[in-house]
Amino acid sequence: MNPAEIESWVSSAAKAFAAASDLDSLKAARISHLGDKAPISLASRGLGALAPEEKASAGKLIGEAKAAISSELDKATMKLEAERDAKVLAEEVVDITLPVNRAHRGGLHPITIIKNEISDFFIEQGYAVEEGPELESGWLNFDALNIPADHPARTMQDTFYIEPVESGMVLRTQTSPVQIRSMLQHEPPIYMICPGRTFRADELDATHSPVFHQVEGLVVDKGITMAHLKGTLDNFAQAMFGPDVTTRLRPSFFPFTEPSAEVDIFFNGRWIEWGGCGMVNPKVLATCGIDTDVYSGFAFGMGLERTLMVRHNVTDMHDIVEGDLRFTRQFGVGL
Amino acid sequence: MRAPLSWIREFVDIPANITADEIGNGLIRVGFEVEEIIHAGSDLTGPLKFAKVLTIEEITEFKKPIRYVGLDCGEKETRFVICGATNFKVGDLVVAALPGAVLPGDFKIGARETYGKVSNGMICSSRELGLGDDHSGIMVFSEGEVEIGADAISALEINDVIFDVAVNPDRGYALSIRGIAREVAGSLRLAFTDPVDALRSLKFEETGAGVKAKIEDPATASVFYLRTLSNFDPSATTPIWMRRRIEKMGMRSISLVVDVTNYVMLELGQPLHAFDKAKISGGLTIKRAGKAQPFTTLDGQVRQLDSDDLMVCDDKQALALAGTMGGQSSEISETTTEIALEAVRFDPICVAKNSRRHKLSSEASRRLERSVDPSLSELASARFVQLLTEHSSAKHVATVVAGEPKYAPVIKLDPSYISKILGLEVSSQEIAHVLRIVGCDVDEKSFTVDPPSWRSDLLTPADLAEEVARMIGYDKIPSILPPRPNHASLTPTQKRRRAISSMLAARGLAEVQTFPFTNQETIDHMGFLGERAATYRIANPMSEEFPLMRVHLVPGLIEVAARNISRGAKDFAIFEMGSIFRSSQKLVPAVSPVIGSRPEKKIIEEIYASVPPQAFHVAGLLVGKVESEDWQGKARSYNWQDAIAYAQDILQLCNLQWTIKRSDFAPWHPGRCAELIVDGKAVAHAGEIHPRIIAKYGLPERSVAFAVGLSALPDSQIVKPTRVGTMPAAVQDVALVVDQSITAQQVEQALRSGAGELLESISLFDRYDKIGDGKISLAFTLTFRAPDRTLTGAEVSTMRESAVLAAEKATGAILRTA
Repeated sequence: MNPAEIESWVSSAAKAFAAASDLDSLKAARISHLGDKAPISLASRGLGALAPEEKASAGKLIGEAKAAISSELDKATMKLEAERDAKVLAEEVVDITLPVNRAHRGGLHPITIIKNEISDFFIEQGYAVEEGPELESGWLNFDALNIPADHPARTMQDTFYIEPVESGMVLRTQTSPVQIRSMLQHEPPIYMICPGRTFRADELDATHSPVFHQVEGLVVDKGITMAHLKGTLDNFAQAMFGPDVTTRLRPSFFPFTEPSAEVDIFFNGRWIEWGGCGMVNPKVLATCGIDTDVYSGFAFGMGLERTLMVRHNVTDMHDIVEGDLRFTRQFGVGL
Repeated sequence: MRAPLSWIREFVDIPANITADEIGNGLIRVGFEVEEIIHAGSDLTGPLKFAKVLTIEEITEFKKPIRYVGLDCGEKETRFVICGATNFKVGDLVVAALPGAVLPGDFKIGARETYGKVSNGMICSSRELGLGDDHSGIMVFSEGEVEIGADAISALEINDVIFDVAVNPDRGYALSIRGIAREVAGSLRLAFTDPVDALRSLKFEETGAGVKAKIEDPATASVFYLRTLSNFDPSATTPIWMRRRIEKMGMRSISLVVDVTNYVMLELGQPLHAFDKAKISGGLTIKRAGKAQPFTTLDGQVRQLDSDDLMVCDDKQALALAGTMGGQSSEISETTTEIALEAVRFDPICVAKNSRRHKLSSEASRRLERSVDPSLSELASARFVQLLTEHSSAKHVATVVAGEPKYAPVIKLDPSYISKILGLEVSSQEIAHVLRIVGCDVDEKSFTVDPPSWRSDLLTPADLAEEVARMIGYDKIPSILPPRPNHASLTPTQKRRRAISSMLAARGLAEVQTFPFTNQETIDHMGFLGERAATYRIANPMSEEFPLMRVHLVPGLIEVAARNISRGAKDFAIFEMGSIFRSSQKLVPAVSPVIGSRPEKKIIEEIYASVPPQAFHVAGLLVGKVESEDWQGKARSYNWQDAIAYAQDILQLCNLQWTIKRSDFAPWHPGRCAELIVDGKAVAHAGEIHPRIIAKYGLPERSVAFAVGLSALPDSQIVKPTRVGTMPAAVQDVALVVDQSITAQQVEQALRSGAGELLESISLFDRYDKIGDGKISLAFTLTFRAPDRTLTGAEVSTMRESAVLAAEKATGAILRTA
């Protein structure tokens, strides 16, 4: 058992492993070079017969050779396995462009999406999002907003009344009664918006619906001015229509604000009426028990359908109210 | 409200270099929306001449009468034209478009052969020239009115700029050229001449007895001027300039007397009414109709009067619906020679009610219900006398006045209030200056502001703040964000709604929003009964088809589903979130405290309590297949389990515990509806829709739905989790045979109660219903775990046996052996 012989076992094993063309022939080569009957195994078993002084050095030599042969085997195994995998997996290729998603596509109604978006925008500025009933007391919907009993908006041509008419119950024509509720319930400072569904006796056509949505905002605090109203609307308009949008206030008339204004936006190359706003009429503040010597406030209101139609270039109201899935699904969940 | 620039210029010095757009923008800046700037005459080019009719040859061989007309157009030779109109005679003056002219609509005039003659031009109607709607015949003038051969474009003032302006309801004064001109002048800082100033000095000689005037109730009208005129020659005609102005305002010329009333109304804003004095018995009184009676208005309509209608009456009968429309019986006619001219400052609300009750919105009522300058009763009626006596033989007889004008009180203004509200420093001189522009008298020492007679809307410092702001320009106000309050977030309820809708949307349901209206038929079809069927009725619904408020969300979803199916959709899932309106409480008569100060606590509570609760629900409707069928294979249909699972997932999302039981509940299948109960309250229902409803609405068979009453759900509690055990679990399966009337829940509960505290979980892994004999087999996996040790086989067996024993006892279950 000389070192050269042991060396030759290693090199012939390495050669045989390298020559193996597949895992089966490698297995045969393994048996002949590492199996029970392989020279290295026989030599290993013959160690016991050696004299103690030879045993140590021969054992070391054989152990090292065995390790070298195993390492050659591992190398060859890895190479052949990689070759086999490459071949087999290549055969398992699939067409990953096939349509796989069979689930129905859901989504939120675009009005919900825009409502959520507006709510999030104002929550970030510290506004509460408040709600109120859709079937509302006439006093909260009209009187408290300085809309007297004889006002044309209160006629049956404009407002849905609930029987018996003497109850004064209406389907709210605006979300403003939520502002009144808010002022009756909380002491200033008040920073709130109230998105919600509203009703007016308009026939459904391309731009009107008897059932629609508004968002109104109300701020009552010390030292609130029309400049704050303007700043808030500029900010809001940019959040809704992008950084390039500009706003314009035009003097207008609403019983619950004084001074009053219409808000226009300059969007896609033209001025578009977006909503109404103004400084809360001191009479309205006083009706809610707010000291007008200490506090002032502003309010604004926009139609959500209108905002949606302008921003997304929706040209027909029917698409918004009919619930056709092909329309709604295009909006996803608004993310 | 229309306003021709030529008329505005009469009262405002507008430099020639100011464009129509600049004037339009000036109006917008001070709060008048300009809906359109009409460049009248821009689509018309001449030659357009006045011509005298010299000859008329009637050509009769065609279907309609045709005339071959010889015209003197101020040319050397007679010009012949074909004309289809017949409302003129030899000697009349007409307008002729000569070859080369282009009329509106790009209608080119040339010499052409027609009806066998050569027509060398065209005689024009008002509509052909774009002057008005009148196409009943050609325009005819009498001798002396116009000059033969003169240019008609300039004589008829065809070229003009007309502003169509939207006037807000608080600015009634601007429903007049006087008002619009003042705003143009104010906005552009130009000199303004108030047309009323020249009228103040008018005096008319009293030559006889006038018709008496009386106001029965001063609350209905403050001042009533009644001017009597006589010696009127009814053949008098309206001067061309007046006619043209009336036409430019979108009205029609009728007769001199009526035209002058309209002209003065358009110029100053005060509606006037002229009565034929011969048809008045005694004097005129403004009073309520008093009793229901028929009344024929000028438009020929017979109207049934309400006892509350405000009327102008003579001693015998009602003659006019006050401020709204005159009556036929005392109308100015072709024989009228004596006139009683009424100018009244009616109470706006009385006129608004008259107009609304009779659905009659007239030029007069539109102005009077927006409040008219009280000084105009006198001055506008004087203007009428001035114009009528100037353009006819009429003579003033007498003026009778009842009542007196009432004006708005002065306003005490703290000038610093303006800056405080606007967020813009405005000096007191500037405030005084702009308030004077709008017509106020300002005493700068005491800072008292006396609003002008035409501004009854100026009552408070806030009103003055708006005047100052709009005259300075809203664009001058800076843009600043308010101080930020501390913190805000959605409420737990709002967060819950969002999470639920996001979950449903993410799981393939599309949200819809339906109108919350329904009808009795739908309620009946759905099978809703008792308090679930009771709802509120709309007194004035959009249509009698949907007069009720909805009591449930599922009918709306069914309607939307049917619409989608009709448009080709087959398999889909939709949901809606919203209020329902069951009439849980009787509506009481309205409580309407006066405003201006906070109502008492008790009153506010009453108002709040008068509004019925409106429950907020979410519901879903699942139709057809669960997923689309494609190359991957077939898909199963939605079934009752899916609906119940969605309802449970919603409760799960809210972290609530529930129990479940079968329920016979509309609109579901009586055997396939689950009721979910939280804290003893039924909060949700889900399952298959009743087959009768499915058939009725054409939904796919076995469509399913769920509905959850979100406002009935309790708040989530703070979670107090149990410690997670780390010792090994022991798993045991048991299969039990029970009668098919026994529910899985009953068996599970029994097993749970028998298994003891160390039972960690229990799940049904198999259900077999083919045993026969009305029996079914239910197989459960029981998982046991102790917190502190590995359970021994003996322990586990004991617990399992105890569980089975409990199930046997409670449900008659028999352990199924292999």
